[in-house]
Amino acid sequence: MMTETQLLVWLRGPALQVAIAIFVVGVAVRLLEVLVLGRKADLAEARGSAVAGGMRTILMRSFPDRATLQRAAFTEITGYIFHIGFFVTLLFYAPHILLFNSALGISWPALPTPVIDATAVVTIITLVAVLIHRLTNRVMRFLSRFQDYLVWLLTILPVVTGYIAFHRIGVTPPILIAIHIISVELFLIVFPFTKLMHAFTLFMSRYYNGAIAGYRGVKS
Amino acid sequence: MSKDNTLGEILRKQGVSRRGFLKFCAATASLMALPPGMAPVIAQALEKARRPSVIWLSFQECTGCTESLTRSYSPTVEGLIFDAISLDYHHTLMAASGTAAEAAREAAMEQSYGNYILVVDGSIPTRNAGFSTIAGVSNRDMLLDTARGAAAIVAVGTCAAFGGIPHANPNPTGAVSVSDLIKDKPIINVSGCPPIPVVITGVLAHFLTFGAIPDLDSHGRPVAFYGKSIHDRCYRRPFYDRGLFAESFDDEGAKSGWCLYKLGCKGPTTYNACATTKWNEGTSFPIESGHPCLGCSEPDFWDGGGFYKAISTPTEDIGRTAVYAIGGGAAAGLALGAINRAKRNKAEKEHEQVTIDDLEKGD
Amino acid sequence: MSASLERGIHAFKEAIDGPVASFFSSCVHCGLCAHACLFYTETGDPKYTPIHKLEPLRRVWKQEYTFWGRYARAFGLSKPVTDEELGEWETLVYDSCTMCGRCSMVCPVGNDIAYMIRRTREGMAAAGHAPEGLIGASRRAVTIGSPMGVKLPALEAQIRHLEQEAGLTIPVDLEGADYMCLLSSMEIMNFPEYIGAIARIFKQANVSWTISSEAFEATNSGIQIGVSEIAAELVQRVVDAAEKLQVKAVISPECGHAYMAIRWEGPNLIGKPFSFQVMHIMEVLDQLREEGRLKTTGKEKQRLTYHDPCQIARRGGVLEQPRNLLNIVAEDFVEMPEAGKMNWCCGAGGGVSANERADELRLRVFNRKKSQLDAVRAEGLVTACSNCRIYLEEGLEEYHMDIPVTGLTETIAEHLVEEGEGGER
Repeated sequence: MMTETQLLVWLRGPALQVAIAIFVVGVAVRLLEVLVLGRKADLAEARGSAVAGGMRTILMRSFPDRATLQRAAFTEITGYIFHIGFFVTLLFYAPHILLFNSALGISWPALPTPVIDATAVVTIITLVAVLIHRLTNRVMRFLSRFQDYLVWLLTILPVVTGYIAFHRIGVTPPILIAIHIISVELFLIVFPFTKLMHAFTLFMSRYYNGAIAGYRGVKS
Repeated sequence: MSKDNTLGEILRKQGVSRRGFLKFCAATASLMALPPGMAPVIAQALEKARRPSVIWLSFQECTGCTESLTRSYSPTVEGLIFDAISLDYHHTLMAASGTAAEAAREAAMEQSYGNYILVVDGSIPTRNAGFSTIAGVSNRDMLLDTARGAAAIVAVGTCAAFGGIPHANPNPTGAVSVSDLIKDKPIINVSGCPPIPVVITGVLAHFLTFGAIPDLDSHGRPVAFYGKSIHDRCYRRPFYDRGLFAESFDDEGAKSGWCLYKLGCKGPTTYNACATTKWNEGTSFPIESGHPCLGCSEPDFWDGGGFYKAISTPTEDIGRTAVYAIGGGAAAGLALGAINRAKRNKAEKEHEQVTIDDLEKGD
Repeated sequence: MSASLERGIHAFKEAIDGPVASFFSSCVHCGLCAHACLFYTETGDPKYTPIHKLEPLRRVWKQEYTFWGRYARAFGLSKPVTDEELGEWETLVYDSCTMCGRCSMVCPVGNDIAYMIRRTREGMAAAGHAPEGLIGASRRAVTIGSPMGVKLPALEAQIRHLEQEAGLTIPVDLEGADYMCLLSSMEIMNFPEYIGAIARIFKQANVSWTISSEAFEATNSGIQIGVSEIAAELVQRVVDAAEKLQVKAVISPECGHAYMAIRWEGPNLIGKPFSFQVMHIMEVLDQLREEGRLKTTGKEKQRLTYHDPCQIARRGGVLEQPRNLLNIVAEDFVEMPEAGKMNWCCGAGGGVSANERADELRLRVFNRKKSQLDAVRAEGLVTACSNCRIYLEEGLEEYHMDIPVTGLTETIAEHLVEEGEGGER
């Protein structure tokens, strides 16, 4: 029987190494599978710069056009909230920054913990709303598969378990911390096999979109 | 002191007033989170208590637990209570030595068979009996032998409770805890490196009062003292909650008394009474003195990932793992990408021209 | 050799490149593309969600080009694409999509869905799942030279009529001319005033131009049905004629997909760059305007608005020129909401109008265009694509809207300052 201390040391050690390895290898493989396919050179005469167009779209596609924002306000707004909330709680909570510093050697200022706490709550509520939307909205329900729901679960678990561990609700805190770490490792392991890859591939897809359009002189 | 005197008689002889004695009982009741109405019950029980025999076995230990217990700068009732136990065998404190000491132990065992309290400090080596023996007897054998007639066993200190320092990687002596060897006796783990003195006396007082062991947690520690984590009772908790951390030992944050999480404090995962009861009769405890909690009352605290590494940091070199993974992933990715490309090229090569006649399906 | 599932899957495999792979990798099923597609917004049927139209291509990508996908197929977790499915998808890919590309502008991860529809059609067609109407149009385009069956004599008749009636000169096969003009069958048959218009404008501006008797057809059914060999063959005819006549530039007329075919896909279809430029007629006219060679007088008094043809504006890059041109001949020019690169499709492009089966759906979703027009209360609608034009007219009639539709070139021509003519309307 492992003690809680041993469990935490293992989760912070070999288990994390395995999760990171699968994550990094998986992401690298999926990115290269796309990149190596490549794109044939465009033989038509250019009107604009493909590179400039590509770079522009990488940035500007983060901002929706007005008509779509009005038509799909729920999706757009909740999308912003939970993405920003997720990244803020991940990147600006002091203990997390220590983790990144330990692994990558870089550090940055943290946000006050009460701010992170509030952000986590907002993120959780928004993610629940997003799930309800996916289950009830006609288009979302039509498009959604098992993977969409699995990814939702794997995304909300670290936020919820982190919140619970911080506030120490329930079981013994070392176990709560262990559960949080496990949820993160599950997220990392499953990541490369799912649509979560969009976090990396969107740079390519937005670039290609903007490049194709930019070549023709259109700002997409 | 005659073994047949009651505790009440002994205390009175020592000049402890009734008031002082009742104050102690009230404090003990409160310490153990018992209702105030229990104080008179404790008083009544203790007064009539006959000094039980206590045999103290010291195995692979540093004697720190004994040091902690006997550290008192002014006579306290706890100290006197200690006198009120018939400490029939203790390497450091007893007068006898050699064969006389062992004879005393055996006599106590025989006289109070089934009723004596066995206190153990230090871990027990199992890899080779020669690592630690007493009078030529291995620790293991002495423990098993002495435990047979014990009413209860108190494993004092993290070494006896969980294996402690000798148990740390690579555990060359094969050190184990008391609970690893004894399965048929009630064991109270009073962990800590060392434990807080009043925790010992509280446990004993409970035993003397109720003739039963107190409520224990999943690690066999009294819930009254180990039920809350340091983090949950730490006076620096508001700083943790607000995200104000000392970054190094002597920076402004440290001087301002900010949270020591970043310096490796194990408060969040450590259960003990340090933050409330404190040490040296309420003087201070490590965090208050500016040092992060080591987690010394927890199993495997020596191998808990590093005293100065925060709980949220990895315990292995993740950076290196990532670098190897990038290398491996890049190689695998390029290979798979090349396979994709080859497949597409092959498809293009095998392309059969589609003409207007090919647009309808054949029959 | 006939169409078959095997050939279809084969074509899908060929069609998957880096962009396609990145798009499928990035889709998060957010459903925003549905809100950009008039086929969804006007029907509320989620099957018209753009990304859903690509499902067969996506599965082939997954099963052929991803490590995990290959195993998924082996273990039965991902089903191979069947002929039946392609049959089901035919209406999604051809009837309810004009490749207008509005979805491509809206996808938050940057998926160019229209790009992928174009490629999906390669597989659909090779598998024998292209609509009857398009198959017929392609056959006519290849064998006759025009999807509507317009042959040279018909064009010659129009030319004669214009030369006699309006005293214009329409140079045919003039070697060494600067510009070679293409025409769409729709213009030749339904809007011959376009030919007259360019003749008059070029005369005034002293532009050296010609039409080739060997390759006058601008439209490209290969692009619409999605068969690159056919598309390439049609482009090659134009290239051969342009090289023979040694023109500096080829002018694409008021036709949407024709511009896409010759300007952007052309060189890539035939595998080498052109030795001549390609310009849309609006680009030429705007250049003349900039050079001061376009002299007009008077302005349209009614409230006019402009419909951006998808393949020319959003997918083609000709956005500013129509505005520049209309502003010199229109007093009250207003923009519809979402005009420009975010304009809503007329619903008839990309082969949909050649597909009779899609008529009902097309007219139903015209409601989107109606809403745009209602918002500006236009009295006249100008556009630069004959296909848009005729189907805008049909849609307006269906919805009982009395708004005349005109071509941009004609509108400019009507305000030309010509010798001995006032030209005021």
